[in-house]
Amino acid sequence: MHIGVEYFVSVSAIVFGIGMFGVFTRRSPLILLLSVELMLNSCNLTLIAFSRYWGEQSGQVFALIVMGIAASEVVVGLGLVVAVARRKAELDVDRLTALRH
Amino acid sequence: MTYDIVFVAASALAIASALGVVLSVNPFYSALSLIMHLVSLATMYLLLQADFLAAAQVIVYAGAVMIMFLFVIAYLGNRADEPTRDIPLWQLGAAVVAGSAVVIEIVVAVASQAFGPGATVTDQFGNPSLVANSFFSRYLLGFEATSILLLVAAVGAVVLGSKRPSPRVDEPDAFPAPRTQPELELQAAVMGAETAFPVHHVPRKDEESS
Repeated sequence: MHIGVEYFVSVSAIVFGIGMFGVFTRRSPLILLLSVELMLNSCNLTLIAFSRYWGEQSGQVFALIVMGIAASEVVVGLGLVVAVARRKAELDVDRLTALRH
Repeated sequence: MTYDIVFVAASALAIASALGVVLSVNPFYSALSLIMHLVSLATMYLLLQADFLAAAQVIVYAGAVMIMFLFVIAYLGNRADEPTRDIPLWQLGAAVVAGSAVVIEIVVAVASQAFGPGATVTDQFGNPSLVANSFFSRYLLGFEATSILLLVAAVGAVVLGSKRPSPRVDEPDAFPAPRTQPELELQAAVMGAETAFPVHHVPRKDEESS
């Protein structure tokens, strides 16, 4: 059996689906952030797999940029979580509806 | 052969730990599972000859980002726990359907393609200098945009995490006006408190003569 790019893409699709399931079902904003991390990482795996398949460095550069985006998303997300927690609000994404129109 | 075994082990570990992130009740275990997931992904990057990215994954993600996550989870204590309410069944079903739809779609699309063995690359592929070459020449604009994004995120985190939360507008004493105290009054108040006898203004000689 030869491990081609399709195996890597399938694994990343499964991980993306798991992350999507987490975003839909969990309520704690921390777990939501962790699930979004899962989805971003699965995209990174796809980028790198196709970068190897085509013998092209660009995919790895994009993966690095995705890492930077994920890091800034985590920073702002955790800052929001801590700010909400400091206001003694409940950490439940279904109940944090103050900004809803 | 070794390649196949490493791939199977890394992908099984990646999927199992991803399930652990989503399904475990304790957020601490979720974060630890995500560290496991990131390390197994780094192994798969090594299989794909992305050496620099594997190192960056372990250092940036499993090192810095996850430490921050664990720090916040420890800071929140039991408030970080999942709210104890039952998920409505339709929501669970919709999540399963949506997640598996994406998986099936991608797997079918990939399986219907005939991928060849892929390009032949040298051993240099994916080492830091080659990645840096394309990063700093062809994708320089992306690099600059990413650095600005990181700067904005850092400033935003400082604003969000500053000690005093900004006052709420609907609170009655939200923006208290600063108290004004004329200098002489203040001086008299301080002197009066310290001496306990009245302080009189003694005119100077030239003032007396006029």
